[in-house]
Amino acid sequence: MADIAEPAQAQQAARPARRGRGANGRLFYRHERLRGYGLLMPALLFMAAGILIPFGILVTMSFWTQTGFDIDTSFTLDNYAKAFEQPVYQTLILRSLYMSGAATVATVLLCYPIAYFVAFHVHRGKMLWLILLTLPFWTSYLLRVFAWKTVLGYNGVINSALMSVGLIDQPLEFLLYSQSAVIITLAHAWAPFAILPIYVSLEKIDRSLLEAATDLGDGPWRRFLRVTLPLSAPGIIAATLLIFIPTVGDYITPALLGGPDGVMIGNMIQMQFGRINDWPMGATLAIIMMICVAIVALTVIVGTSRLKARAS
Amino acid sequence: MKGDSYIDRSSRTLTLYAVLFLIVLYLPILFLPLFSFNDSIYIAFPLQGFTTAWYAQMWENPQMWAALGNSVKVGMATAVISTALGVFAAKAITRYRLPGQGPLVGFMMLPLVVPLIILGVAILILMSRLGVPLSLYTVTLGHLLICTPFAIATLIPRFEGLDPSLEEASADLGENIWWTFWRVTFPVVYPGIIASLLLTFTISFDEFIVAFFLAGTEQTLPIYIWNQLRFPRELPKVLALASVILLVSFVVVFLSLWLTNRGNRTLVQPGKDQ
Repeated sequence: MADIAEPAQAQQAARPARRGRGANGRLFYRHERLRGYGLLMPALLFMAAGILIPFGILVTMSFWTQTGFDIDTSFTLDNYAKAFEQPVYQTLILRSLYMSGAATVATVLLCYPIAYFVAFHVHRGKMLWLILLTLPFWTSYLLRVFAWKTVLGYNGVINSALMSVGLIDQPLEFLLYSQSAVIITLAHAWAPFAILPIYVSLEKIDRSLLEAATDLGDGPWRRFLRVTLPLSAPGIIAATLLIFIPTVGDYITPALLGGPDGVMIGNMIQMQFGRINDWPMGATLAIIMMICVAIVALTVIVGTSRLKARAS
Repeated sequence: MKGDSYIDRSSRTLTLYAVLFLIVLYLPILFLPLFSFNDSIYIAFPLQGFTTAWYAQMWENPQMWAALGNSVKVGMATAVISTALGVFAAKAITRYRLPGQGPLVGFMMLPLVVPLIILGVAILILMSRLGVPLSLYTVTLGHLLICTPFAIATLIPRFEGLDPSLEEASADLGENIWWTFWRVTFPVVYPGIIASLLLTFTISFDEFIVAFFLAGTEQTLPIYIWNQLRFPRELPKVLALASVILLVSFVVVFLSLWLTNRGNRTLVQPGKDQ
């Protein structure tokens, strides 16, 4: 996202040179620009149609109502009223925000030292470290969640290991089917999304700034707090958003590991399209979830930029 | 590097933490293959002895093969189409400076930051309103929306390393656009294209959330696994299948990441590997 501004500047720089060629040059430039759009078009049109049309109909459907097996297509705000009146929806949304928030904070805290390690302490084989750290992300999410079920389960790895060693007599029941099980699994599954952006922002830091801080008498901790940490803030923000946004809507992890206390809004949306068969309500909940996620994301972005402004 | 050694000096605590981190990252996943060879229906310690029976049973399951075939079909279609879209887009983005390019590219990257469940239900609603029956085609459509941004993001760095004067030279020497692409552009960008094909295939092959909403009666492999998870007796077979998938995924992704990396390095130091 950071390099969005760059093309515009580059384009400013390119323009005068082209203009120097006169009418022919301008024609050539315009022609070339057309060719560029032509190349971009297939992907752009496909993505535009694939994003805008489904989302348009999703929003539209949230104003419809389910009557038995049919859908009443007259405009109404009933679903939204229901979503705000019935406590179960509020509970689920707040819980989802809390759980993925907790998972996000845990992931960023646990992954920052790793990103720092690779950026500053690994000199040879950096790429191998990065590949090793991101490799699990590319394997099936479903299987990684399932792996945690085998680890945390009633007869799972931890319980059976503790019992065969003799530390406990009964399996620990709180391990599986709890909010903490979901949070642990999410933090594990999304770790690469925290490591990569933080690593990139750390790698960009001009080392001479660190030397300057040291030369001016800062110890390692003060140097870290006053130079490294603030300069890596963009990476931390990117990591936060990259993990928080998708995890709010997750339904695999809570379904496999959450139990009744760990059900999230994603499960409810899925049920509306499945067993409950109230698609308009499902659409409404999806929209509300998206709005909540957008509000949190904007708060994070605005909040950090305020902090930055105050600091400088 | 030696000059700033007092800043970059190695820290034993951090190294230890990094090693522990890697262990915790891989350990849960490694339990799947471990228990897939365990001679017991229950996933629990102590281990009951070695067996390959679960692999044999998994191998003979026709439903599994059907699901695997479906996943391969969807994955290949997704990989080829999203990479083709990505090649054109990456070329346009890196070669031409188009007005409004930044917001347009940002827009195309949206599926990366939208919860997938929303993409899934939105396409589901559209398909049902249009009266299109759910099938492997609708799954492919969903996967294309997820994978095209990945393809573009993978290909852009590769195209950025392409010197435009090479293409201009080719055009000046009388080659048309297609021959210029095949003889000049393609040889430079092909590691990126292969990496993009492998990554998009893997993403599609493993994708569950969107496929769950968009699949009709024909299951993809992740949906098959999801359905099997409900039956405790089937778990060991799922473990065997999972181990095979993990192994293949690891090899494919390692290869493609290595290719991307090698490709980028040759751009920085031209002529070193080629």
